[in-house]
Amino acid sequence: MIALPLPKPEVLGRRNEILAGLRALVPGDGVIGEPLRLRPYETDGLSAYRQMPLAVVLPSSTEQVAAILRFCRDNGVRVVPRGAGTSLSGGALPLADAVVIGMMRMNRILEVSFEDRLAVVEAGVTNLGITKEVEGQGFFYAPDPSSQLACMIGGNVMMNSGGAHCLKYGVTANNLLGVKIVTVDGDVLEIGGGHLDAAGLDWLGIITGSEGQLGIVTEVTVRILRAAEGQRAMLAAFRSTEVAGAAVDAIMASGVIPVALEFMDRPCIHACEAFAHAGYPLDAEAMLIIEVEGSAEEQDVLLDGIRGICARFDPISMRVATSAEESAAIWKGRKGAFGAVGRISPDYLCMDGTIPTGELPHVLRRIGEMSEEYGLGVANVFHAGDGNLHPLIMFDANDAESFRKAEAFGADILKLCVEVGGCLTGEHGVGVEKRDLMPVQFTAPELAQQRRVKSAFDPDWLLNPAKVFPLEGNGALSVAAE
Amino acid sequence: MSAVLDLAPGTEEGIATALRNAAAPLAVEGNGSKRGMLRPVQASRTLSTRNLTGITLYRPQEMVLSARAGTTLPEIEAALAEKNQIIVPEPPDLRALMGAEDAPPPTIGGLVAANLSGPRRITGFALRDAVLGIRFVNGAGEVLRSGGRVHKNVTGLDLCKLLAGSHGTLGIITEVTLKLGPAAARTATLAVPVEDEAAGIAVLSTGLTSPYGITGAAMLPAGAAVAGLSGPLALLRLEDVEASVNYRMGRLQVALPGGRVLEGEESRALWRAIRDASPLVPGEGEAVWRLSLRPSAAPFAVGALRAAIGARCLLDWGGGLVWAVGPATESAHAAVMEAARASGGTFTLFRAPDALRAAIAVIPPEPPALAAIAARVKAALDPAGRLNPGRMRAGV
Repeated sequence: MIALPLPKPEVLGRRNEILAGLRALVPGDGVIGEPLRLRPYETDGLSAYRQMPLAVVLPSSTEQVAAILRFCRDNGVRVVPRGAGTSLSGGALPLADAVVIGMMRMNRILEVSFEDRLAVVEAGVTNLGITKEVEGQGFFYAPDPSSQLACMIGGNVMMNSGGAHCLKYGVTANNLLGVKIVTVDGDVLEIGGGHLDAAGLDWLGIITGSEGQLGIVTEVTVRILRAAEGQRAMLAAFRSTEVAGAAVDAIMASGVIPVALEFMDRPCIHACEAFAHAGYPLDAEAMLIIEVEGSAEEQDVLLDGIRGICARFDPISMRVATSAEESAAIWKGRKGAFGAVGRISPDYLCMDGTIPTGELPHVLRRIGEMSEEYGLGVANVFHAGDGNLHPLIMFDANDAESFRKAEAFGADILKLCVEVGGCLTGEHGVGVEKRDLMPVQFTAPELAQQRRVKSAFDPDWLLNPAKVFPLEGNGALSVAAE
Repeated sequence: MSAVLDLAPGTEEGIATALRNAAAPLAVEGNGSKRGMLRPVQASRTLSTRNLTGITLYRPQEMVLSARAGTTLPEIEAALAEKNQIIVPEPPDLRALMGAEDAPPPTIGGLVAANLSGPRRITGFALRDAVLGIRFVNGAGEVLRSGGRVHKNVTGLDLCKLLAGSHGTLGIITEVTLKLGPAAARTATLAVPVEDEAAGIAVLSTGLTSPYGITGAAMLPAGAAVAGLSGPLALLRLEDVEASVNYRMGRLQVALPGGRVLEGEESRALWRAIRDASPLVPGEGEAVWRLSLRPSAAPFAVGALRAAIGARCLLDWGGGLVWAVGPATESAHAAVMEAARASGGTFTLFRAPDALRAAIAVIPPEPPALAAIAARVKAALDPAGRLNPGRMRAGV
């Protein structure tokens, strides 16, 4: 289990006073202090970790967020920002002495401009909500994390979320034009706007993916894109993970980048097939789902090309969709992968490392060996085009030893990712989950440099502390913990 | 402000040592092709990365390349051409625009430090978006890394973004790892004659709101000429596999009749010129600005710049980027600042005589709360203020 810093006793002791102060800033039912109503906020998508917060406050405006932050700073109270609470890395896990600032009431779409190809929305608008708003005109918001029905754009900015289609369209950072962010001092900053490039330092770039360490985003300006005329998927099944990996390399080297290129290993294929009955090949060791875009004729040309490449790798079977319905059938199993694994195992940990794509066969072989060593099952699903690996480690949360082993297994996978030239997290963020692994990827001076940048925004470490950076060697937090 | 002493170590450790030993602030540069950009640096010594050269890793199948900071853009592009790959944001060579024709070509470290992107920026990728990882030396002389060599990475604070566009004020980039893209099998451009900027932006918007994957959307205003074409002309580029470009160009011509199609090298030469803003090379006593704004604001901004200072302009990024050339005077600069403000955008002074660029704000001032954070971020990376003092703002 990952340690959390000791709560500040003086803050815990002033709980009623703090609740009253917050109620003066956010009228109505926007401040929550009753245990029963606090309960839903005690965890996020990393549900193995739970901690009741001091209070939850649900602001309705940037001004309220600013007032809350000023109040918390003046009172030395830590804050934990929260969108929909879908973080898989524990990014929204509360602290006992922290106020959770929930952004779900800030859910208005403020502007849509097709001529400038942008949308301005409040932080609590869902990812899919943006696409829903513009799809009538043929537009969409590109990054598509699996949780896109629920997850909020403010959280997407904070975690620099990705998705299956970022192979072509990029991650959140590449689709962002501006944010309104409130500093720990309660100052409201407009960063970027409707234009593409900033003059001066790239504040938008450092804020994106900062996991709530630098400020609280209340408004977001995103690029919206015109969707292609259509898209179609194909499936190719192979005799070994090595061969499938080689096919991925050959597709990427062909000069045509698919919109999505997903890889599933044998355990994942079996779990998904049992769940979704998508007609996946159960005799395959690995399977690719490849999607292309364009007019019907363009799709034919592109899929013919990719089919030809796959054919060189002795596939067990290939299936090219001829309609949107058949594409949906191919995607059905993949999109339900997490739920499918949830059916065959009481609990699972979803890991998120990235590796150089050439290392795929080696890494999958090592994960298979570790699975034997730990005695825990693992299913691998992988954004193959960009090397982002999602091993799902199966365990039983009612068995403390099983959970301990699952965490150790996950840590070993992430260390392996770093060892082969990759990183600890491709799209889920460090959060609390990977915090203590940061020294595997970064040297002490590198971590110290990142901490100093954090301190430049948040000198007293009140913003989402105990995430991202290990507690050891952390002046602000260890002092607080004494 | 010419430097009297010039250091150009051949190793990263040499850069770090030079910084640790520096008793006074240093002007940091690569080949110096953008020395005239922003404000003159207040330093008597130069520390250059120009001898830090060479491609250190190239994995075409992973679409990743690493190069030491002093490696020139043409050297990298030549290596990529052999494998039919490109740097997607197509960083420019601004030597002609900057009056630095005699300088060697731009280095990759310098381009990333300035975050300069060309026409393909419109597809969503600035040069900073193509940076997967960097190695750099901070002001204290520590060698540090951020990012890595994989395509998706959200581990820790993204210092790559902070360093890209910091013009050497936060650290000295010593090595860059770039994400690459495939070179398109075919490129073609539709050139549509238009009445004025408003009509031109409307044409570009038609292209950019189509499902045809436009990779360049620029406009030559009246009076601007390049590669045998003269404005007012709206330009839309397609790059893809043969069948797609054929099909999409056909559809675009239906939507935008009356245009001419430029193929192959003719199209490529045109977009190189737009990338480098070469139709705008300034004359004696002229300055160059770049405005970044909403495309819909471009007609207003160009009108305002013309009325106020008789500016010559070039538009890219669907109208979201306006290059302007006008008199190198404080009053002209004030007019550019006002045009940027009134159109809700931002500006950068790219080229002007030293006396002018030392006297004015070459980028928009930051509000006090952000300026305070900026000062602390500067101190977090360069505590002794050794790196490029005064480059972006007076006194910083």
